[in-house]
Amino acid sequence: MSAGPLPLVEQFQRGLAAPICLTWELTYACNLSCVHCLSSSGRRDPRELTTAECRAVIDELQRMQVFYVNIGGGEPTVRPDFWDLVDYATGHEVGVKFSTNGVKITPDIARRLAGRDYVDVQISLDGATPEVNDAVRGRGSYAVALRAMRNLAGAGFAGFKISVVMTRHNVGQLEELKAIADGFGAQLRITRLRPSGRGADVWDELHLAPGQQRELYDWLVAHGTDVLTGDSFFHLSGYGGALPGLNLCGAGRVVCLIDPVGDVYACPFAIHPSFLAGNVRDPGGLAGVWRRSELFRDLRRPQAGGACESCSAYGSCRGGCMAAKFFTGLPLDGPDPECVKGHGERALAAAAAAPRPAPDHSHRAAPYRAAERRPVPLTLLARPPVTACNADPLAGFLPGGLSPP
Amino acid sequence: MADSPTAELTDDAARTGAGDDAAGDLADDVLVEEVSIDGMCGVY
Amino acid sequence: MACAASTDRVGQFDLDAPWQLDAQVRVRPEAFGALLYHFGTRQLSFLKSPALLAVVRSLGAQPSARAACAAAGVPSGDLMHYARALQALAASQMIRKREAA
Repeated sequence: MSAGPLPLVEQFQRGLAAPICLTWELTYACNLSCVHCLSSSGRRDPRELTTAECRAVIDELQRMQVFYVNIGGGEPTVRPDFWDLVDYATGHEVGVKFSTNGVKITPDIARRLAGRDYVDVQISLDGATPEVNDAVRGRGSYAVALRAMRNLAGAGFAGFKISVVMTRHNVGQLEELKAIADGFGAQLRITRLRPSGRGADVWDELHLAPGQQRELYDWLVAHGTDVLTGDSFFHLSGYGGALPGLNLCGAGRVVCLIDPVGDVYACPFAIHPSFLAGNVRDPGGLAGVWRRSELFRDLRRPQAGGACESCSAYGSCRGGCMAAKFFTGLPLDGPDPECVKGHGERALAAAAAAPRPAPDHSHRAAPYRAAERRPVPLTLLARPPVTACNADPLAGFLPGGLSPP
Repeated sequence: MADSPTAELTDDAARTGAGDDAAGDLADDVLVEEVSIDGMCGVY
Repeated sequence: MACAASTDRVGQFDLDAPWQLDAQVRVRPEAFGALLYHFGTRQLSFLKSPALLAVVRSLGAQPSARAACAAAGVPSGDLMHYARALQALAASQMIRKREAA
């Protein structure tokens, strides 16, 4: 044999016949209104995929051999068919990890989950203390998350994930967060705050300061593969080398997002018409969108790195996160807004106006949004709403918000 | 269920050893690469 | 002689034993080779050679890994590299020795 095969990253950048894994947001309904929500969730969209349509998606995932999906939302467990769909997936060679705020993880549910193969659970938590967490996720949300964790640990479910979005206010709590995970036999996962969805409104005040980025990077290096990151931090590789993971923007190349109405986006951080590839209800289904969408074909071509190409960190950083650049009004062939060399800050000073995140399923009276009047988008639904619909995001849910069922 | 990520793509220890092999062009990690299922960006 | 690499990979791969894919592993062929996913460990391995994919897929039907490599047309000069690749797959539980019939 002469030359060896291309590095994996090169192979992937050209695209694959199917995603390796993907995120599937089952519903825009949510009992919470987290200030940074990527999907601007809160209110159910009346055009949500039906149970039958969801099963058809799972059938496609099986045919395409997508072995692992992350089911999220909104809060996926508020869908009455959630547990049936998880069973259907795992019974059809599609492994599931679902992301939840913990509201439905009762001791009984936890016991049932612990007895199941091929289902993993990820609890969202954005602070080691109620003060820090609830400021982002809402009053009472810390207590709900911790109760879910106690129930999982109590049922013998080892290794569930605790996923934390890093902010200016919780980066100082990394050790405490690790201790919480260790105490439950869970695995800590740290991910990047992105200016996507409602995150666009709070990014300026919540994203890490440069010194904090360095602190986070050093901490992640010290913890090796003990702490997961979902490959969130390849933009930090300029500090001293790549962190574990592919160090690759997977959007449209190895991953994608299926949203609650069947729209397929390049990734969950890029829910915007510019990154909409198609819909699973289209004649070709998910496979047709994945293989033939114009957007995905564009993403699979070699991307221009612009000025970044001459940077010593380019090999791993690759100009950082496409969504972070898009939602801060930066050009995609330039530095990440949080470029560790400071090029992003300079670019932001000259940036165009940031695009409005769309679509928006936020609760109308969400605490943060009440303080800031957001413009009502004038381009509403592309299709007329179903009339006999239940737009209540809490359908089937107990009144009183965060009380356990 | 335990979920322990294995050697990642940029595991230098594996690469270093393989590269010194005199018996040919290929290093073993060129033929097999492992990535954690959590190692892909775009899944939250 | 092979250099000592990371501790997980050290060890002679037994080319003359019968091997097989673990029952919880699924194989997804790709243009560059294949993606292997282990449902139990949730690990992903990428085979970056179609010949290696052919070897791995035929392991269960061949009397030994050496025979599987020969059947897949692996040149004898590359055998040690394939052995180390197979050792990596064994270390991550993607393949395991077959029980004697």
